[in-house]
Amino acid sequence: MLTKEEWKGLEDKVDQLRNDTLDTTYWAGSGHIGGGMSVLDILTIIYYKYLNFHRDDPTWEDRDRVVVSKGHAGIAYAPLLCDLGWNDKELLKTFNLTNSPMGMHLDAAKVVGVDASTGSLGHGLPIASGMAMGGRVLGKDYYVYCITGDGELNEGSNWEAFMTIHKYNLNHVITFVDRNHNMIDGPTEEVMPIEPLSEKLRAFGMRVLEVDGQSFPELSEAIETAKASSEPVVIVCDTVKGAGIDFMENNYLWHYGAIDEGMYEKAKASLKRYHEARLAKVEGK
Amino acid sequence: MAGGLVYTAVDSTELSTAEYYGKALVELGEQHPEVVALTADLGKSTKIGDFMKRFPDRFINVGIAEQNLFGMAAGMAKVGCVPFVSTFAQFASLRAGDQLSTDICYGKANAKVIATHAGTSFGQAGSTHHAISDLGVTRALPNLTIICPADSFETVNAIRTAYETEGPFYIRINRGFDHLLYPSSDYGFELGKAVELHKGTDITVIACGSCSYQALTAAQFLEGNEGVSVRVINMHTIKPLDRDAIVKAISETRRIITVEDHNVIGGLGSAVAEVIAETGKGCAFRRLGIQDHFSTIGLHEDLMSIEGIDSNGIITAVREVMGADFEEDDNWEDEV
Repeated sequence: MLTKEEWKGLEDKVDQLRNDTLDTTYWAGSGHIGGGMSVLDILTIIYYKYLNFHRDDPTWEDRDRVVVSKGHAGIAYAPLLCDLGWNDKELLKTFNLTNSPMGMHLDAAKVVGVDASTGSLGHGLPIASGMAMGGRVLGKDYYVYCITGDGELNEGSNWEAFMTIHKYNLNHVITFVDRNHNMIDGPTEEVMPIEPLSEKLRAFGMRVLEVDGQSFPELSEAIETAKASSEPVVIVCDTVKGAGIDFMENNYLWHYGAIDEGMYEKAKASLKRYHEARLAKVEGK
Repeated sequence: MAGGLVYTAVDSTELSTAEYYGKALVELGEQHPEVVALTADLGKSTKIGDFMKRFPDRFINVGIAEQNLFGMAAGMAKVGCVPFVSTFAQFASLRAGDQLSTDICYGKANAKVIATHAGTSFGQAGSTHHAISDLGVTRALPNLTIICPADSFETVNAIRTAYETEGPFYIRINRGFDHLLYPSSDYGFELGKAVELHKGTDITVIACGSCSYQALTAAQFLEGNEGVSVRVINMHTIKPLDRDAIVKAISETRRIITVEDHNVIGGLGSAVAEVIAETGKGCAFRRLGIQDHFSTIGLHEDLMSIEGIDSNGIITAVREVMGADFEEDDNWEDEV
């Protein structure tokens, strides 16, 4: 469980990262800001609370792994990997520019801290399963945190992976579904319905936890349950696409978008209000 | 030269090419605890059952799910295992093509893909199980080393070399038995260095896989019966290609025929054509292979005959190319 102090610390951290993500989108001219904002709380609590890693040795072989299968979240993931000190924060100003080491889908060979180059959807979960299986063969007990999108679950390879995770009981893979309900062409249930998602996952042998993906206490409880579980766990995180930026929230058109100066200022103001409202929750208000 | 047991022709009477792969894999498994084997319900077909029996905890069968197979292999490689991934070449290159490209090649995973049932070698299974475009697909994937061994011994060498060389490999072997080209596995295999199987000065036949034996047989016949001196090159490594052997053949024999159990588009013939074109030197050239159609059903040896990639087909092609008096053709630019 999170202490109040930890919770407040995570709120401040994710607020900073939301602003960094907005700034990066502004510098780049456009980006996958909707799904970036929805997944940031998940990434933040993994890295700043639970992940077993060494800041001074990002390739430490016994570290927990993170596979961001929804690779287009790179615009939110890159600021975090800079914040950890692994990449120069100034690079965010070059995001998506020609010859920048950082672009839309982060390259593990160029961005320190990325465990798998993703972007083509439906790849992350098989890779994460392999990392967990490899850990078992090599006698290591690290965890692999894998974050998928919800539209991404249309890809059959995820379900191939769920079958394998079940068969080999790979309980060191902890899967998060960023269930923000929207994909490029529209709401998930219109483009290709995935509900009843939790029932499907359970039918594939997964232990499913459903949480508010924008709530650190709920995410915290779920992750602790997953780490203690003898069965593989999928955490279905109910999130808001574009969380924190009022004019983007729950609008699939902001899956990928461009922002001008006027929008940028409005977004900044919205993020400030959003953060204050979330801090009020920490204080029980 | 890769180390390990030396296999000789005595073993070959009982073991198919893929069974040699299975033996070589067990040998690697005994020496290296990080070697793992993965398959998609083709453990028996790809002959890695011995590895499964010896190392059940290092054998992963994901069921009929090739995309997951390749993603998992990449993940295992990323944490320090050396995965040997076996499935049919058609599925390795196409069904799981995106995973092969993105997870294994782009990710520079130290994973070794052993693609079996190459070309038309699964004859009676028909075109759904014939791999006639895998070389075209895989040749265009950066970071990937591609070997098309010509017999069992070369397969063993390819497997060992793949283990010893960091990075992604695609090794393409046949179903069933292959004619032996070498007396044993100890003939000095070197990655990226073609083997001259037969000396010759009139024309060069560049082959790979099961076609290398056919080319050698054709050369021996032509030399003995028609006085044609045919150089035969076994181009076991498709990428990186031995350019020097090709350039030497252009200048020394001026005529080249390629032969492969693959579509003539994208495979060995295309690779050799690229080198010839880039040298700017004149050279009579013919590509033997599947002539851009889906192959029919039948025994592998029959299909090789139908496609003109057996020794008879090669002999016919050599006669035609030798008979084409290209140097006296008015339209022929002899030297560029």
